[in-house]
Amino acid sequence: MVLTGALSGCSGVQSVFNAQGEASTHLRSLIFSIVGVCTLVWFLVVLMMFAALIRRRSAEGAHDGEGGKRRITIAISAALAATVVIITGFTIASFLTTRSIGDGEQADVTIEVHAHQWWWQFIYLNTDGSQGFVTANELHIPVGKKVRLILKADDVIHSFWVPSLAGKQDLIPGRPNSLVLDAGKPGVFRGQCAEFCGLQHSHMSFFVVVDTGADFVKWQDVQRSDAPGSAAADALAGKAIFMEKPCAACHAIRGTEARGIAGPDLTHVGSRRTIGAGLLENTRGSLAAWIADPQTLKPGNNMPNVPLTSDELLRVSAYLESLK
Amino acid sequence: MGEATYTLTDEYLADLDLEKRLEATWQTRPGFWSAVATVDHKIVAKRYIATAFVFLALGGVLALFMRLQLAGPEARFISPDRYNQIFTMHGTTMMFLFAVPVMEAMAAYLVPLMVGTRNIAFPRLNAYSYWMFVIGGTLLWVSFALDTAPDVGWFAYVPLSGPEYSPGKRADIWAQMITFTEVSALALAIEIVVTVFKQRAPGMSLDRIPLLVWAMLVMAFLVILAMPAVMFSSSALILDRLVGTHFFNPAEGGDALLWQHLFWFFGHPEVYIIFLPAVGMASMVISTFSRRPIVGYLPLVMALISVGVLSFGLWVHHMFVVGLPRVGESFFTASSMSIGIPSGIQVFCWIATLWAGRPVFKTPLLFIIGFIITFVMGGLTGIMVASVPFDTQVHDTYFVVAHFHYVLIGGAVFPLIAGIYYWFPKMTGRMMSERLGKWSFGLIFLGFHATFFPMHILGLLGMPRRVYTYPADLSWGGINLFVSLSSLALAAGFLIFFINVARSLKYGLPAGSNPWEASTLEWATRSPPPPYNFRRIPVVQSRDPLWPPSDILPVGDGLRVDRREILITSVVSALPESRESSVGDSIWPLWAALGSAVMLIWSMFSPWGVVWGAVPVAVTLIGWFWPKGVPEDEA
Amino acid sequence: MASIPHKNHLALIVSCLVVAASSAALGWLRTPRQYRTDPPIMSALEHYRLMPNKISGAPPEVYFAIGKPYELTAYDMSQGKRLYSWFGCASCHGDGRGANGPSFIDGWWIYGPSMVSIVASIHDGRPHGMPSFSDKMTIDEIWQLAGYVKALGAYSPSLSAPQRNDEKHTRPAENRGPAAILFEQGPTDKNVNRGPSP
Repeated sequence: MVLTGALSGCSGVQSVFNAQGEASTHLRSLIFSIVGVCTLVWFLVVLMMFAALIRRRSAEGAHDGEGGKRRITIAISAALAATVVIITGFTIASFLTTRSIGDGEQADVTIEVHAHQWWWQFIYLNTDGSQGFVTANELHIPVGKKVRLILKADDVIHSFWVPSLAGKQDLIPGRPNSLVLDAGKPGVFRGQCAEFCGLQHSHMSFFVVVDTGADFVKWQDVQRSDAPGSAAADALAGKAIFMEKPCAACHAIRGTEARGIAGPDLTHVGSRRTIGAGLLENTRGSLAAWIADPQTLKPGNNMPNVPLTSDELLRVSAYLESLK
Repeated sequence: MGEATYTLTDEYLADLDLEKRLEATWQTRPGFWSAVATVDHKIVAKRYIATAFVFLALGGVLALFMRLQLAGPEARFISPDRYNQIFTMHGTTMMFLFAVPVMEAMAAYLVPLMVGTRNIAFPRLNAYSYWMFVIGGTLLWVSFALDTAPDVGWFAYVPLSGPEYSPGKRADIWAQMITFTEVSALALAIEIVVTVFKQRAPGMSLDRIPLLVWAMLVMAFLVILAMPAVMFSSSALILDRLVGTHFFNPAEGGDALLWQHLFWFFGHPEVYIIFLPAVGMASMVISTFSRRPIVGYLPLVMALISVGVLSFGLWVHHMFVVGLPRVGESFFTASSMSIGIPSGIQVFCWIATLWAGRPVFKTPLLFIIGFIITFVMGGLTGIMVASVPFDTQVHDTYFVVAHFHYVLIGGAVFPLIAGIYYWFPKMTGRMMSERLGKWSFGLIFLGFHATFFPMHILGLLGMPRRVYTYPADLSWGGINLFVSLSSLALAAGFLIFFINVARSLKYGLPAGSNPWEASTLEWATRSPPPPYNFRRIPVVQSRDPLWPPSDILPVGDGLRVDRREILITSVVSALPESRESSVGDSIWPLWAALGSAVMLIWSMFSPWGVVWGAVPVAVTLIGWFWPKGVPEDEA
Repeated sequence: MASIPHKNHLALIVSCLVVAASSAALGWLRTPRQYRTDPPIMSALEHYRLMPNKISGAPPEVYFAIGKPYELTAYDMSQGKRLYSWFGCASCHGDGRGANGPSFIDGWWIYGPSMVSIVASIHDGRPHGMPSFSDKMTIDEIWQLAGYVKALGAYSPSLSAPQRNDEKHTRPAENRGPAAILFEQGPTDKNVNRGPSP
């Protein structure tokens, strides 16, 4: 019962079964066919073994005769031949699947992915290859377009994995890799670091938002712009606090004097779905909770507990929330 | 009696008199220091096996802690720091302190008996190997107790385990523990190779060696060829960390991937180092309980050897997502899949043996049946992850966790437990309880599948491995709870097994020399075997020397009884070549192990540890090899 | 078998000995990691006292109560090393050998090598260009960074000090005691006579 209950989660946002990209669809068919054949093989082997165990035995030593020996030799050879055929088939199928996924040399959008302990930085490149804008922990891509990701690690090895869109690829210091995403329909898909990368490996997830073409252009225009100003008194006060407290030393907000490099870019943090690399849903409350005590929510991450009064906390979170 | 001539040999002595004299020559004398100094391969191997099972229990308890933490989403029983230490300790303990040592220890116990000799080759090295293993394991577990345990995973990828991202001594302790256990493993492997090649009973030509001995021989070669790779890489890691070398630093011309290549060049054969002995045990148990010789001896031997060779050609399938060239990936897909062929041969031969024989359903055979069911599944998921595109979706997820537990528990621990049930009467002289045995089999088998099968699904549902917690909204909670509950059944099965061992040591029925009516030489002597193993060295005339048509076992003579002496035979046809002395008990292997420990542990803290630590090593080795003027010193 | 009973007490005695010896050896290495500094400790850490000449002084009582982690714990020191690069210390102090700012590893300390002096330098700033970081870093970060800087310039290598970085090698790694190695060369020219000497 527990099992069936859990299996109904197949349509979850982070699952191999819920394939929505070109690569992941190919992979899913390959997985289904290999698992199918293997299941059959397993049943045959186990069936043969039980037949061997419980078959009725005739008189003493009947199967040690020449005939019995020959039959056994033939059976073993046949099984072996079948094994060879099956694994050859698997090898060819794997090869063809790899080929059909392609390597995306003709990409429509190119994004540099930098993995950090324990968050993701996405740098959108302009068509001429120069750096466009920077965001964190939430990747937007246009539907039906080939998106090429250049994967780089700035500290330890991480692995970029969005099972619904493509197989995983490691990010290795000193060795850039690349991966192509080609989403079939709009939606929100969860991804997660898949290579153990230290203390908070478990909380290093991100979301890939597949937008329609128009939505993507709109989103891109917003992201390119500097942080929005806000008229609300709370937010303005929060901005002042952000700039004079340690916050601005680690985070950058374009259009302000905050130019830190150690933490994620917060220029449009209010527009993201989650904070803390997929840790919490992004609301004013969770922003306040996160700023108040990041070390309890995500022990060992690199954001310190900054002493703030409750008023300061409210204002800073109001400011960050306003950064749509 | 009385007038002991200078070269008193056994041909003129009556059985009883001979036994008394051999006992006097070969026995371990009473007293603490004699017990520490013993070089009897049976005593050392039993200690080895018992210690390895202690580590199994410890590693199992850690697994239960992990399952407790993962039973529900966002649990906070264990902090992430502790959890990372726990899974690192679990993997490291199971691989380096349980699986490899226990298989080699089984070899140290069984191989000399199965080839019909009186002690293992290099018995003092054997004792040294045990002490090194104990010290290495203790180092790791004491560090765990002190919150300084390694937290970088059992394969300790750089740069995470490197100087910049692993502050403190945690990664150094892991790396140096590797040196301890690998030195001990290498020592044992060399003893096994020499014992098999040069100490076989007369007449035991290569085509008459029991399959377990073949398996242990191939395993020993794998150890000799694979372990230096990991010793080199772990030493390079310590050098990087301690004295600032740049083996793994890309900025100075090193390479982070070098670690992975070196580690898996060891790590993949490692799996077969664990698995091949288990295969050998399965062959022995199947043959004995089918009441017939194994079907396909030659193909099975060839399969063992070809698995051994192939295992060095597929390490890259652990690295399919690091971004290697496609041609390389296709090659390693093909080579990884091809190991399915010799593995298939083995399974088919076992089934054929069962088919042609008359199976007797005792506990050892039950575990072997469980082994075949489970291992075939693990092998098939192994073929799945050998496919590069398939692997990109399941690599480093719970699918892989499920896969390697199927291979390692199903493929190695099941046959090992079968082997313990099977050889326990030989080792202790007492039978284990069949009733408890069947209970433990049922619980272990069902608990195992209920624990690990759902992990395949978890992996495909996107759950990465090595996470200390997971969010509630991803619907992994139900399966994880089920897995955690099932793991209790698995643990209960192992508990019953341990209880059975403890009870049977005291209350088990007396076994007699050959309770299973098996065919190999270890059953031709008393249970437990006397210190000298065999009163007279058996002469082997067939592959199954204790089975018809040869209803009496001929013996040879001519070995001296007033000093420890063994018979050396030729490699291929086991023709007698010479008599050779076998060393007496000595306390020096223990001192040498302690001396080596001083050097290795010191060198984690200062490079000068290598220099000054060499002093105790040199002193103890001089003590070890100093001629003592005992009869065994003569050529 | 004669040896069976001995096996039992042998195992007991030997394992006791080995465990005791290894515990003793590792006991002093025990390095529990504290990821979250309690707010009361945080505010107490602000209250160090300096001598009137702003050199050396007394750390707050709480610093001893928590076991001087910033000088002893490898984790805190390595965090300090990360802060060193994240907060741009290298732009004035280079890899530790100084540039516009003084060197840490020539063996010369303008304000003395005590933790409190270093904390005060970072927290309050110093004349001749050292800015105050009190509004850029939290107080526990300042202590972490100070612990790292102290280890960098220590006269003897420390076991807990960070090891080399995964980058170009420009000086001996911190755990090798770069100051102990480079002290022989004497003070770097550009740092002589900067600021008030003690």
